[in-house]
Formats: sequence, C-alpha cells, structure tokens
Amino acid sequence: MTADLSTESAIGQRGGSWQLTQLLDQAAGFHVLSDTLAELTEQGHPIVVGTADLKYSNGLVLYAEKYPDRFIQFGISEQNMISAAAGLASTGLQPWVATFASFLALLCAEQMRTDTAYTNLPVRMVGHHTGVTLGFYGTSHHATEDLSITRSIANLTVLAPADPAQLRAMILASVDVQGPIYFRIGRGRDPQVYTRDDLSDFALGKAITHGQGRDLTIVATGSMVHPSLEAAKVLRSEGRSVGVIDMHTIKPFDSEAVAALAGNTGAVLTVEEHNVIGGLGAAVAEVLAETVNSPRLFRHGIPDEYAPVGPPTHLYAHYRLDAAGIAAVARERLG
Amino acid sequence: MVQVQPSVSEEKIALLKDRAKFVRTETVRLVDIAKTGHYASAFSCAEIFAVLYYDILNLREGEPDWPARDRLLLGKGHAAVGQYPLLADWGFLDKEVLDEYTRLGNPLGDHPDMTKVPGVDFSSGSLGHNLSVGLGMAIGAKYAPQPFDVYVLLGDGEQAEGQVWEAAMAASHHGVTNLIAIVDRNQYSLDGRTDDINALEPLADKWTAFGWEVHEVDGHDVIALTELLRSIKNGERTKPVVVIAHTIKGKGVSFMESEFGWHLGWLDEQDEADVMKELEGLA
Repeated sequence: MTADLSTESAIGQRGGSWQLTQLLDQAAGFHVLSDTLAELTEQGHPIVVGTADLKYSNGLVLYAEKYPDRFIQFGISEQNMISAAAGLASTGLQPWVATFASFLALLCAEQMRTDTAYTNLPVRMVGHHTGVTLGFYGTSHHATEDLSITRSIANLTVLAPADPAQLRAMILASVDVQGPIYFRIGRGRDPQVYTRDDLSDFALGKAITHGQGRDLTIVATGSMVHPSLEAAKVLRSEGRSVGVIDMHTIKPFDSEAVAALAGNTGAVLTVEEHNVIGGLGAAVAEVLAETVNSPRLFRHGIPDEYAPVGPPTHLYAHYRLDAAGIAAVARERLG
Repeated sequence: MVQVQPSVSEEKIALLKDRAKFVRTETVRLVDIAKTGHYASAFSCAEIFAVLYYDILNLREGEPDWPARDRLLLGKGHAAVGQYPLLADWGFLDKEVLDEYTRLGNPLGDHPDMTKVPGVDFSSGSLGHNLSVGLGMAIGAKYAPQPFDVYVLLGDGEQAEGQVWEAAMAASHHGVTNLIAIVDRNQYSLDGRTDDINALEPLADKWTAFGWEVHEVDGHDVIALTELLRSIKNGERTKPVVVIAHTIKGKGVSFMESEFGWHLGWLDEQDEADVMKELEGLA
C-alpha cells in the first residue's frame, strides 16, 4: 500500500490500493472538469490549471498528466494561488484554479474580490465539495456561505451546475466571458439530471424550467436540482401541480424567470445547499419583493447554524434536503 | 555574484536625481489636491522609481500595453502618488489627469486601479497580494511570445503579511527567475517602527532561507541602485531575486525624516512652501 502517487497515474489504480483514487474513479464531475479543460486546451485556448494540493480530490490530476507544462501546483497556499491566477490572466492566459469551496470563497474572498473581480480578469475559480458534501470533515470544510459572499462581488459570475453534463456545458459556454467566474460544484458525484443533448441550447444566465407548477414552483440550484425534481414527481403523484426551475446561474441572476412566476404559481419554494441567509432564497426574495402580485415565498436550505458532523447523505436527510425531505417541506408549507 | 558593470554616466546620474526630485515635488503637489496622502511612503522610494523607470524597465513610450514590457507592481500601492507623474512622463496618461488627482471621477486614487490608469500593471492597495500577482505574471511570461521581467516593489511593513511568504516559497519552488522583488526598507509603517510592531529582522536571512538571491543596497544612492539593478537585469539568474533597499521614510524633507507620523498626512500652505524649497535644493 502506498500513498505516493507522484510516479504513476492516480487513475486506474483499482483494486482497493488507496481509497481516494477509488473515490475519484466514481467522481464523474471531476472527470468532466479535467476532460473539458483538456478539450479546450487541445483546441488552442490559452488555459493553465492550478490547484492547492488537491489534485486528487478535484481530479485535476487527469489534466496534469495530460498537460504537465500547463499545470501549476501551488501547494497549500490558496490565497497565493488566487492572486497568482490573476497575474497569469493579466498576461493573456485563462487560468483555472480549484480548491475546496470553503477555502476558496471564505479564505480567499478578498483575493477573489480585489485581484480577480475588481480587475475584471478572466480567472476561473472552481470551489468544489461545497455545502455540506464534506460531511464529517466538519465546519472548517463546509461551505454554506459561499453564494452569499460571491454574489455580492461585482463583476463576478457565479455558477452552480446540477450535474457533470451541466458543468461541461457551463465550461464551454463560459469560454468567452471576459470577467472572473466562480463555479460552485459538489463532490463530483452528483446524480445525472441532464444528457448532453438536453443542454444543446444551454445559456449562462438563463434558468431552465422543468414544467409549470400552478400550485408550487421549486427554485433550486446546484446539488439541489436533482432531489427537487424527484420531490416534484412525488408531489405530482399526489395530485399537486409542481414545477421546478434550475437556477444554475446565481449571478447574473435570471430575475425575469422569477418575476414571471407572479400570477402563474401559487407559491415558490427555494432549495439550496447553503445557509438560508444570503444565497438563492435571498436572491429570489429580492426579486419577488419588487414584483407586483408576488406569490408566497418559502426558503429552504441549511438553517443559520453550523451543521453537525455526519455522512453527507445523512446530513441531507437531517436537513430535509433529500427528495423526501423537500417533498415534506413542500406539503407543510402548502398545507 | 554582482558583476562589475560600466559606471553610470554623469548625464544618467543627473537625470535619475532629477526624476527622483520630480517624484517628490509632484507628490507634494498631488497630495495638496487630495488634502491627505502618503508623502513619506512615496519619498522613500523616489530613487527606486527613478532608476526603474529611467534605466531598468524595458518600456515603450506611449505604449502602456506593449506585451513585452517589463512589469512593475506596487505591493505598497499607497506609493502610487509617486508613480502617476512618471506614467504621465512616459506618455501613458495625459498630464492634465494629474491635476484632478483623487477628485470625483478621476482615474487616479490613492491606490492604483489598472482598469482606469494606463501604465499601472496591476491594481493594488491590499498589502501582501502583489508578490503573488507578480509570481503569476512571471510564470505567464513563460507562455508569452516575448519574455519579460516582473518587478514588485514591496513595503517593509508589508513583510508581515503571510501571503508574501506564500509567494516567496512558491517562486523559489517553481524556479521563477524573472521575478525581482524590491523591499523599500524604510523602517516604518503606520503605527511606528516596523521592528517595534512585528520584528522583521533578520530580513535578508529570511529571504535567503526562502530560496531567493538577496542583495542589499542604499535605496537613495542612484549610482549603487542602478549598478545593482543593471547587474541583476543583465546577469544570469538562477533564483528569484530580492533587493532590500535601505531607505529613509520621508527622505528629502528634514522634519518628515525625523517624525514618523508622516506616513499619511497633509501640509498646510506655509509648510508646503518650506517643503518645496527644501526639495528644490536637493539636487
């Protein structure tokens, strides 16, 4: 048994030799991240990729193996990495840097703001293992404040893909965005919501509507889209008219999609793997507060507290952020 | 090793001294518009600015975005008031813009904004960031069609920022040789002597331990500065390089040199006249 993966491919070490490589093998989202960046590099886009000692956790080892000259290992110095990415971008490159969302959006909030957003440089920042996906690693590794922080940073685009296919569509759609982008992704193992064909007309900033709901519209983002769609199915089977909006772009926010709900739905339920303060629910509330005949709004997410430790799926059940929990919250709210 | 270089010509010495004086007198003029500013911080690096802009940096007049230019970043962004007049002198921005320094809508603030000021290679103001930014630029030069060097002017108070040392570690680890840091070692930050606030010494040993080639120089001696920076520029480099420039905060104005409180301040009419008289007599 060896933990030294520097001399051989981390991928392909099957057979239980090291747990992390097995986990990575299952993380389709991270394969997609590396593969799509490699695809763009192959096409001649001026991409460089960096991480802060997490290339196995985010799968960027796959990119590093393919393009070692375009991969920069910063070590455990996240703030240095974000500022350096801004410097790289100023020379005409498009740097993609990734680390845990808790460190990226909180530890590096000022570097994101001052060095990438104030300067409006094309830095791509991938915050992975967001929300409570790092379950029992505890609060230091949870990111339940990142939407609140990032969406108040001017010039910054904020994206939260629901699954690997949408992550790929987002990366491709974002190539020509001039300014910085924060990608909020889970642990790379989000269940499939879309096929590539489903996303042929994907556009940043344009929410995806899954059916109209006369009784209720669930507005979800990122990891909560899949369980919200599952919850909607259950609620429909009980005779309710329920639609789901996938709000994959948190900024610029698709205010029109939310305002258009007025008069067309009985209530709105926002669902996010984030503190109920400052994130998706707040963004929807801001729009509805300025909308005539606004429907009733209910916000659902992580309450304003630090989550207990536990496996992620157990935490989703604890906070009623799995399909059954979301359906139960909807029933309670609708009465 | 510092290689022996041809001595600096008399004309060049006169030019560099004149431009250092220009930095100081323009700083006084601009701060008077704002009614507060970083006199002493700009005065301590006036010779460093002069030598970089008029001898060392590879620049093209009127072409602030020339891709192959050497970059100059200010870790100590609060010295920008001393840099702006030089950017105008290089034809990067209109001289008239200086006359409205810090007034509503003017591009020139106390800290530099690269999106508004041609010739500012990166925005600054939050201490500790720009050595990392410079590291990124220096690595970026590897992918650029023409090579360039990246100079980062750091404050000595700024050395207390942890991010400086993150960048220092990474620069030596990655073997970045086109990154040259200059520490304006003027001994003071806002609250007093740096070594009373958060001791920096032995500063040279710290940089050496982080894998950098370290030089020390009198930061007001234009001949010594020019010779050293030329030798670095033209010499063979195997590491990132740091120059610890020993300077005097408020250099050029006697009462600012002796009273530390001039990190940030404003001169009334009589004091300003006295200061200008003293500065004019410098050269």
